[in-house]
Amino acid sequence: MRYIMDSLSQIFGAKPRRPSKEEQPPELLEIYQGKKGKLSKADVEAVRHEHHNTCCNKWQRRRWITLILVNVLFVVSYYFDVQLLEGALTASRFVGFHMADLNSALQVALAYKHIVLNLVIGTVTVFVLWLLLGGRTFCSWVCPYHLLAEWTEYLHLWLVKKKLIKNHTFNRKVRGVFYVIFALLALISGYTVFETISPTGILSRALIYGPGVALIWVGALLLFEVFYSRRAWCRYVCPIGVTYGVVGVLSPLRVKYNAEACHHEGDCRKVCMVPHVLDLTIRGAAFDVNQDVGADCTRCGMCVDVCPTSSLTYEIKGLSKLL
Amino acid sequence: MSDKTTKKPKAKRPLSPKRKEQSRREFLRSSVLTIGVIGVSLLGIIPVVQGTSIRLRPPGAIKTPFDEQEFFASCIKCGQCVQVCPVNAIKLADLEDGFGIGVPYIDARAQACDFSCDGLQCVLACPTGALTHHLDYPADTRMGFARLARPKACLAVQGKGFKGQARGADYKGLLRYDEVDRWNPILVADHPYDLELCDLCVRQCPIEIRITQCAEKAKQAEASGDSGKVARVAEQHGNECPPKHAIALEPFELPNGETRMKPVIKEGCVGCGVCEMICPVESAAIVIDLDKTADTLGG
Repeated sequence: MRYIMDSLSQIFGAKPRRPSKEEQPPELLEIYQGKKGKLSKADVEAVRHEHHNTCCNKWQRRRWITLILVNVLFVVSYYFDVQLLEGALTASRFVGFHMADLNSALQVALAYKHIVLNLVIGTVTVFVLWLLLGGRTFCSWVCPYHLLAEWTEYLHLWLVKKKLIKNHTFNRKVRGVFYVIFALLALISGYTVFETISPTGILSRALIYGPGVALIWVGALLLFEVFYSRRAWCRYVCPIGVTYGVVGVLSPLRVKYNAEACHHEGDCRKVCMVPHVLDLTIRGAAFDVNQDVGADCTRCGMCVDVCPTSSLTYEIKGLSKLL
Repeated sequence: MSDKTTKKPKAKRPLSPKRKEQSRREFLRSSVLTIGVIGVSLLGIIPVVQGTSIRLRPPGAIKTPFDEQEFFASCIKCGQCVQVCPVNAIKLADLEDGFGIGVPYIDARAQACDFSCDGLQCVLACPTGALTHHLDYPADTRMGFARLARPKACLAVQGKGFKGQARGADYKGLLRYDEVDRWNPILVADHPYDLELCDLCVRQCPIEIRITQCAEKAKQAEASGDSGKVARVAEQHGNECPPKHAIALEPFELPNGETRMKPVIKEGCVGCGVCEMICPVESAAIVIDLDKTADTLGG
């Protein structure tokens, strides 16, 4: 229950709640206590160094391959007329079976004010799919804009490191505000207003049906992210992320944090697109020895890759008990 | 409990002036971001209000000639209609169409819908009913209405014939010619004509072609003397055979008393645009209008 409430409030922009000492179990306090004075900077550095020399960004590689494969499947399906995955990311048919992006379907329902049976079928299918796969998993494992933004993010980080630019943060609550505004706009105007500027839809259609003027908008967003604010669209604007985040609240696929071996050096928070979900890795901030990362997490696995002590791992809730 | 209440005020220390300034700036930035993004998204209303985005739409689009709002709202912008069209007549609108971005349209002069899929595949593919499922046959639709816009340019009106490729050798448009290949559309450029009097708009009209086919079938059934066959064909007449003619060449008199022929658009025209596409004069003498009589639901 605490997981659900905390996840929801984080998705809509609240700061992660810090536990009071009374809420933390004695084992956890013991772990924190045990680390006092023991973790010398040099030790942490050594472990980190060793990890980064042997590690391979396993999950990032798998994710990029998956993301590219899904989008290529759309393109190939149309180009060679093999009818495997017809349509675009907003709505499609997988070997004839309807699929509808949850946010697009929601926008259409609000604007059109009718319930269409095919859309219901497609929406339920996709809902169940992402319920099982983790919700915002869509963002990092499927959304084509995420991949472009991830690549340009390296440029942003390099510019920041060279002190050529500064990163500007926004209040995360604006994403909730955007979500409500776009829903209201669709309802009141009767147009799917968000679709006009959604880089996910624009990119997906551009890949499948050929490029258009709309790509200029996507380019502008990327420039904004490189020179002004890191990952701004995904962090502060995109309602698709909110929709899938809410679905992910109930998902069994999560990233699990174990406080025992953690060095609290914060490498995970540096690579994370939504670092607030990893606030629990700060010393003294976890609620339990083992705690699941909130549903705003995109399950991208960057933290799993980067963690030198394997304190962050993927888990499927309930499955470990079964096995 | 009392322990907690005493602790709480301590946790809410007032922010340092520096932190206060930072959060004030962040709030301002966030406000500007909100106004900016919403502002940009609302720019999409301009092409819609101006009506620049009103175009020929695929069969069954739920709209009236001057109001496409419902069509824009119900379309999920996925392009599945684009993918099933055998002649690639359907395209998706770009950003300059504002809220209509990703919504399908047809540029009839470049490639019209010739119904060579027979079963209205785009309608069947549409996941949201933006192309309504309330129609079964091409003759049920009403995408627009043809009009002889430039009668003086029309070859038939001039009394001229036509020889050669209708739209030149480089034209990429496709049409299905039943006598060439019943199932696959071919390049118009690969099908040259030799006509004493140009009647391309009538000759290639999908509705007229279907009417002729139906009439021939009925004649054959009659000739076979099989009453069951006659009944079956008559049943077909009830649905898949277009009930009304769409276009015909009709005689008219010039001021000097000479009789010429000109294409006359009939009630059964569905506005598919094949006449506009095939018209060999540049720019087409016959065009598709989206005027008051053009209601895609056929009402």
